[in-house]
Amino acid sequence: MAALGKLRLDDVSMSFKTTSGAFAALAPVTLAIPQGRFVSLIGPSGCGKSTLFNIIAGLLEPSGGRVMIDGADATGTIGRVGYMLQKDLLLPWRTVLDNVILGMEIQGMPLRAARARALPLLRRYGLGGFEHLYPSALSGGMRQRAALLRTLMFDTDVILLDEPFGALDAQTKLQMQEWLLQLWSDFGKTVIFVTHDVEEAIYLSDEINVMATRPGRIVETIPVPIARPRPRSATLAPDFIAIKEHCLELLTAGHAAAVGEAA
Amino acid sequence: MTIQDTSRIGSVDRDAARAAPALSVRPARKIRRLPVQKDWPLWAIVATQLGILFAVIALWQVAADRGWIDGFFWSKPSAIYATLITFFTDGDAFIDIGFTFRSTIIGFLIGTAAGSLLGLSFWWSRNYAAIAQPFVICFESLPKLALAPLVILVFGMGLASKVAIATALTLVVSTLTTYAGVRAVDPDQERLFYSLGASRLQVFRKLIVPFCLPWIISVLRVNIGLALTGAIVGEFIASQHGLGRQILYAGQTYDIALVWVAVLVLSTLAVVMYVTVSWIESLLRKGVKQ
Repeated sequence: MAALGKLRLDDVSMSFKTTSGAFAALAPVTLAIPQGRFVSLIGPSGCGKSTLFNIIAGLLEPSGGRVMIDGADATGTIGRVGYMLQKDLLLPWRTVLDNVILGMEIQGMPLRAARARALPLLRRYGLGGFEHLYPSALSGGMRQRAALLRTLMFDTDVILLDEPFGALDAQTKLQMQEWLLQLWSDFGKTVIFVTHDVEEAIYLSDEINVMATRPGRIVETIPVPIARPRPRSATLAPDFIAIKEHCLELLTAGHAAAVGEAA
Repeated sequence: MTIQDTSRIGSVDRDAARAAPALSVRPARKIRRLPVQKDWPLWAIVATQLGILFAVIALWQVAADRGWIDGFFWSKPSAIYATLITFFTDGDAFIDIGFTFRSTIIGFLIGTAAGSLLGLSFWWSRNYAAIAQPFVICFESLPKLALAPLVILVFGMGLASKVAIATALTLVVSTLTTYAGVRAVDPDQERLFYSLGASRLQVFRKLIVPFCLPWIISVLRVNIGLALTGAIVGEFIASQHGLGRQILYAGQTYDIALVWVAVLVLSTLAVVMYVTVSWIESLLRKGVKQ
């Protein structure tokens, strides 16, 4: 089972019909992610990262291919993976606690039980004292924490994070990265992480998939063989820099190709 | 041209640019301070308001007494006061007030509730919303009061026709405002719910309805005024009771003082209902936030 991968994409492709013919948003993508792995997707905008996430989350039916979770076909089914979008999407009329339990509530868990389960986690993961506040009273970092805990409390093995820290300031972003790694090692989830920040991708991931546009595709899968736990100083080590250079090379090559094609 | 040449030209240009601001003549500027308004204390504001009101009433009285204006057509405060006393002591004042009040409230409740439900229902099907939209817009742009004579024919001279007109006026406002709320729901928010495996009913109950509540509440104050207008117009056209009928009747019999009395009572009723609805609205807003 583990060898097959927790999540597998078999030739998943997506094309949209436009007035000037079919537009390939996603060339067939094949990807196998083992249980508990932290995998990043990086690439220029328009490379189909969000399309890929929507397909995995069952919010978009792919034009071709299959999404396999635990070896079973999960194409086009919702509620199988946790999905955190770029925006925190907290409901302003619910307290932080009631926002975090949303997934469990939708799955039919009684409110009292859901709250009882969420409360200790909120306290353990830095939202103690905020449980009964409304999201409007929270800072950007705290809101992202609440949104991420909501995704985790939904309790699926796979979680998709779409640029969760994109809108945060550099300082908060670093704190959130440590916090995310803590959660990941505590819960053992399989994480797929989209980011524009190459350094963030390398620091967090076991494996990086570099994507390119027209059509959206994975151009290279780069393993990150840096031992964990990783100190911050790891980002200055030669092996880290080497991976970073390689990623940037791939991204600029893709960019140059796109520009050349357009010209 | 050599590289040296171009660089020299460039440097000359730059020197000229640097010198330019110093050479330009800057016009003398007027020195101004930020204008500051001093706020009056509340008592001074209220005293001024009362003063204006008293002055207008006094001027009206004097003008009618001295014959500056025609006392027959304009009536005068002293006559209005006397009529007010008789209106409440030996008229059917409370029957009329009750009649207008009831048709307003019933029309307001039916129109607001049905309009909100209709607006929310558009979320369920885009096709249904697209089909219904031109009809709703037609009904909105239609001057509904123009239909009032027809409504009286269909619903009769009693309470039902006034309720119907009040409902027609409030229903559209609630429908369109609630539908605006439905369309303002962030599609990503819906996607989040579906990614959590939600059913359509769950999205409706846990996202659409609470999201639209502030929209629904925001029209309450507008609607109470519209409902009152509808009820009064209904009474103007054909009725046996109500403040609207009183006004019409008094006007037709040249009892101008009675017109003013009925208008005064009507305004008081309107203010009372408006304040009550505002109060309910603020309670609901607090409730929604909890």
